Amino acid sequence: MSILIDQHTKVICQGFTGKQGTFHSQQAIAYGTQLVGGVTPGRGGNTHLGLPIFDTVEQAVAQTGANASMIYVPPFYAADAILEAVEAGIKIIVCITEGIPVLQMLRVKAAMAGSGALLVGPNCPGVITPGACKIGIMPGHIHLPGDIGIVSRSGTLTYEAVNQTTKQGLGQSTCVGIGGDPIHGMNFVDVLSRFEQDEQTKGIVMVGEIGGGEEEDAAEYIKAHVTKPVVGYIAGQTAPAGKRMGHAGAIITGGKGTAAGKIAALKAAGIEVVSSPTDIGVAMKACF
Amino acid sequence: MNIHEYQAKRLFKDYGIAVPEGNPADTPEHAEQVARELGGDGWVVKAQVHAGGRGKVGGVKLARKHREVFDFSREMLGKRLVTVQTDSFGLPVEKLLIEKIYPIKNEFYLSVLVDRVSGRVMFIASAAGGMDIETVAKESPEQIVSVLVHPAAGLQSYQCRKLAFALQLQGEQIRGLETIMRGMYHLMLAKDASQIEINPLILTDQGQLLALDAKINFDDNAVAAHPDIVDMRDPGQEDEKENKAQQFGLNYITLNGTIGCMVNGAGLAMATMDLVKLKGGAPANFLDVGGGTTPEKVAEAFKLILSDKNVKAVLINIFGGIVQCDIIAQGILAAVKEININVPVVVRLEGTNAEAGRKLLADSGLNLVAETDLALAAEQVVALAEGA
Repeated sequence: MSILIDQHTKVICQGFTGKQGTFHSQQAIAYGTQLVGGVTPGRGGNTHLGLPIFDTVEQAVAQTGANASMIYVPPFYAADAILEAVEAGIKIIVCITEGIPVLQMLRVKAAMAGSGALLVGPNCPGVITPGACKIGIMPGHIHLPGDIGIVSRSGTLTYEAVNQTTKQGLGQSTCVGIGGDPIHGMNFVDVLSRFEQDEQTKGIVMVGEIGGGEEEDAAEYIKAHVTKPVVGYIAGQTAPAGKRMGHAGAIITGGKGTAAGKIAALKAAGIEVVSSPTDIGVAMKACF
Repeated sequence: MNIHEYQAKRLFKDYGIAVPEGNPADTPEHAEQVARELGGDGWVVKAQVHAGGRGKVGGVKLARKHREVFDFSREMLGKRLVTVQTDSFGLPVEKLLIEKIYPIKNEFYLSVLVDRVSGRVMFIASAAGGMDIETVAKESPEQIVSVLVHPAAGLQSYQCRKLAFALQLQGEQIRGLETIMRGMYHLMLAKDASQIEINPLILTDQGQLLALDAKINFDDNAVAAHPDIVDMRDPGQEDEKENKAQQFGLNYITLNGTIGCMVNGAGLAMATMDLVKLKGGAPANFLDVGGGTTPEKVAEAFKLILSDKNVKAVLINIFGGIVQCDIIAQGILAAVKEININVPVVVRLEGTNAEAGRKLLADSGLNLVAETDLALAAEQVVALAEGA
């Protein structure tokens, strides 16, 4: 088992024929992902990478039975793409796009309420269930099918955690990059609760960063509901207040969202927090 | 992106939010002329900088004579204002806002922002006007009231009334607050503002509500859609290096340490800074070269890092995912050859083609230390910076 996606997941790509869409679709196919087609409005009826192109997500779903979508459209079109996927009944929507205006995401979130669809991202590396399905921009080859669930707000820092757990021989059940934007889809708790339920997942790595309060919420949740060992790491201990550290959501405002505060919350919940990002794999291994 | 108070107040006027009568000026003569044109017997001279805390450091002065407007303006213009919100260099004062003075009966705080916890637009009001809202939140949180706006329904009258009653407004003032809140809400949506703050919002002795101060932040992800807002940008108020970085698609933030950092990915860049600190060093900057980095970007990143004279050593940390480490290594070598780098450089390459990348660096004969282990790389760069 795994969470969110597996070898049976049928994936389409929105923004299929664009540069990013093309490259990462090729990578996904090479990894073994069941990519069943793509959407580029106006190009329907043609093929790309040997797969059918559709004008709308609705058509793609009707003809391929797709249940997941990966979105590689430019930021000003991404909110539209997400909502099109929701309306077409896609259940797992992974939006890689960085730079979506926050007020657009706010409306998307409100519009998605009650739809039953899950949004991962935006501004995220995506989701991967090693050996089965890769939806996103992460390098497939550093992953190893295994026991550790990884959830993170970052991209390359997630790869760091993946690489370390692979080198320790633990491998990963599923890795979810929830994204670096202030308003996004699934949060830490949404993913943690699924890892807790998942039989394959034996331990959890949670990588947070400055800004917002989701790590604090996660700490509360873990304390009350998670029985599996959790290793945490929080980036941004040296980040100055009031400055956006690359990610739109990585900002300390009004003294809130500091790394120190998050680390204290996680520790208070009994979670092992490593102070060096290079110790994630070792600390996880030590739990078994 | 931030704009000046005088620009924010122009936008306020466009959206029906009452502001004091006034005009900007950029010379003492002009300032005095503005005061004469405004009439009355008292004016406030306000330095236009992208930072709060101006009043405490001489950036806001009350003048009772036209001559005083001139004198205060001459004192302020051309200076750099250092406030609690700026760094020790402060910000240049190139423009002033001259406004009429109004007898104040009461001062409030009112703001609207995107609340990331609820995923909603949130209005916040407090009877403790003029005070820093974070201080109020800490010391007397019961004074803060807020409402969340559902994006489909939009701002409702009862929500405005709730804040008005909390501020103990009466009669026409209640409707007056609703006009201001509706203006703020529409302005926020129309221009993709991420925060609009009025502190203080004053009640004059005539019972009128006026935005005495105005602060607007715009969503950096959305400004491209608003050329009128982009035109209001004042690069003089922004960090030169950070602006330059932006032109090359780099994310750069100046810090106070001695170890320059170049990393791909924002989270890993923060983690690398933290690791440098953990090993006893101090990072000179945050720099994310992004996912799809090129040799040109690496060269520009080097130039930016080295333009900071405090930098004694550089740590490059690349986790090659889609980006191949040997390509990055070629970029690093090209940059080192192109620009004269006279500080030690430690390069940590991991991920796709990392071995080939490290070999390229090792065989180059250049003064580069290639590492696989990130912790060791951080230790080395700290030692090299101390030895320099």
